Amino acid sequence: MFKMTPTILKNFLTEKATRLYPFEIREPYAHVRGELVNNSETCNFCGICAAKCPSQCIKVDKKSATWECEPFECVYCGICVDACPQESLSQKELYRKPSAERQHIIIKGEIRPEKPDAPVA
Amino acid sequence: MLENVVSVSPDTLAGEIAKTKYEGFRFVTMTCVELDADTAEVIYHFDRDFTLKNFRLKAAKNADIPSISHIFMAAFLAENEIQDMFHLKFKGLIIDFNRTLYFDDNAQTAPLCRYTVSQIKSPEPESIQNSGDV
Amino acid sequence: MQEAIQKTVQRTTIPFGPQHPVLPEPVHLKITVEDEIIKEVVPALGFVHRGLEKLIDIRDFHQMIQVVERVCGICSMIHAMCYVHGIEELMKIEVPPRAKYLRVIWSELHRIHSHLLWLGLFADSFGFESVFMQFWRIREKILNIDEATTGNRIIVSVNVVGGVRKDLSQDQMRWILDELDQIEQMTTQLESTLFEDYTVKKRTIGKGLLPSRQAVELGIVGPTLRASGVAQDMRQLGYAAFKELDFEPVTENNCDCWARCRVRYREVLQSIDLIRQAISKIPAGEINVKVKGRPQGEVITRVEQPRGELLYYIKANGSKNLDRLRIRTPTFANIPALFTMLPGMWLSDVPVIVLSIDPCISCTER
Ligand code: SF4
Ligand code: SF4
Repeated sequence: MFKMTPTILKNFLTEKATRLYPFEIREPYAHVRGELVNNSETCNFCGICAAKCPSQCIKVDKKSATWECEPFECVYCGICVDACPQESLSQKELYRKPSAERQHIIIKGEIRPEKPDAPVA
Repeated sequence: MLENVVSVSPDTLAGEIAKTKYEGFRFVTMTCVELDADTAEVIYHFDRDFTLKNFRLKAAKNADIPSISHIFMAAFLAENEIQDMFHLKFKGLIIDFNRTLYFDDNAQTAPLCRYTVSQIKSPEPESIQNSGDV
Repeated sequence: MQEAIQKTVQRTTIPFGPQHPVLPEPVHLKITVEDEIIKEVVPALGFVHRGLEKLIDIRDFHQMIQVVERVCGICSMIHAMCYVHGIEELMKIEVPPRAKYLRVIWSELHRIHSHLLWLGLFADSFGFESVFMQFWRIREKILNIDEATTGNRIIVSVNVVGGVRKDLSQDQMRWILDELDQIEQMTTQLESTLFEDYTVKKRTIGKGLLPSRQAVELGIVGPTLRASGVAQDMRQLGYAAFKELDFEPVTENNCDCWARCRVRYREVLQSIDLIRQAISKIPAGEINVKVKGRPQGEVITRVEQPRGELLYYIKANGSKNLDRLRIRTPTFANIPALFTMLPGMWLSDVPVIVLSIDPCISCTER
């Protein structure tokens, strides 16, 4: 009996264990895998990320130089970031905000002429 | 690289399993693997002191397999799962969900079979009709 | 008088679940009661079947790691570890020792947070809300460790074929040790409440008995088996770095819900100790090796999940996709225990007893 009472009393005096989330956001830890972003400048549309992604949410078309992603299918695993030979992909430290609408990310690059020095993974 | 594999036939299955139980093995699980359009393989895994013992049973898909759930009661879930996933039939199951463990009534597909064509061509009318409530 | 009572007692069938206030998992039980005493029980599954084993057809064997992590949300790291052990054995890859120790550290962190989650839910099942919140508060610390060291809170994605993806720095290890001290202290504070409180004892002692002979016969695994006095823990197989660490399986001899709670509580402390050992012994060096080629052959791997023995059967044919992947999760083996535990108990004990096997139905059905 009353074994919890000291703990409960202590909880009154210590700071809260919870946060009022959307208004109060904790500092994210370094290297948290959050929202995925692709830099259209450096991406060469090789398609390696699309082949490696376990949830198969990336589509790359080399001919038209487009990189498409279904952000809500992404599971934040970071496999594509590790695999990208151009280091074009990166992840922010916060997760994507919830949304009532479906989102679809399309990045268009300029169609470059065939480069002789193809990147090696 | 499976160790301690013993091949059994539907006739010798019950005897071997009963012997295994007598030797103090624990039932771990059963795995079904589809081999080709007509045959599947059921592997029974047993464990004693962290050593696995496996029985391999080659079974024709349209023939009944004797159930071992009266020897190892724990096998009933695994056998029901195989019935669902591979459309095999176990005879003498102590609790037979009749392919409704995961599915609705009247499901006719066998999701883990790759050679589904032969299944659709010759569905087993009996097993579909009496798939009632459990 | 006696006869009159006997006559009025009729059998009633009560559907229990799949949605039920205290059950976190969708399992349906058809319970036949006589008066308030349970006579018979038939479980029914099939509410969360996702067909993850079928995904081998369209995902290659590297991508499957992320798929098997999602078999279970709570012990995702351990699922992935079991799977990569299998693939590594098939491809004859020797994992660097540091990676083995890192796997131990993360898998034990997962065990702690799974057990803390369960201890909370268990307290909730007999209505002890404040203990529930305390345990989940402690659990938050583990999730923060996961987030800071791996990048994700629960599904940590650290395993790859051939090693791990992340390393721990000296600072991080020191921080983990500090946090573990706090976690240990906060957990032991709750011990007397959980095991000596009059009401809690009333609700757990002698409920859902599972004698050890029956437990072995039904193929029960994990803490449920160890609470019946059988010292069987798959970590004794010595996978990853467990053969270099010193531990004894936790057992209790009461065979009831109280014992199962006690086993899990003591395993939290055991896991904390294992992490300390692993951190003190961790060698320096590489954390993964380059992988070339494709797996071929058949293999069975087993590891100890928080809920018990987890078995993967992998059959590969040398192509990108596997031939067959069979996942036998511990709850799949533990469901038959309900046939022995429930009959003879009161209807009001059902939530406590069902929770005492730590059911994870999403794993069971995959
Ligand atoms: S792997 Fe990198 S460079 Fe290649 S398409 Fe993806 S983002 Fe672009
Ligand atoms: S983070 Fe993972 S799931 Fe998301 S796009 Fe990259 S590989 Fe795919």
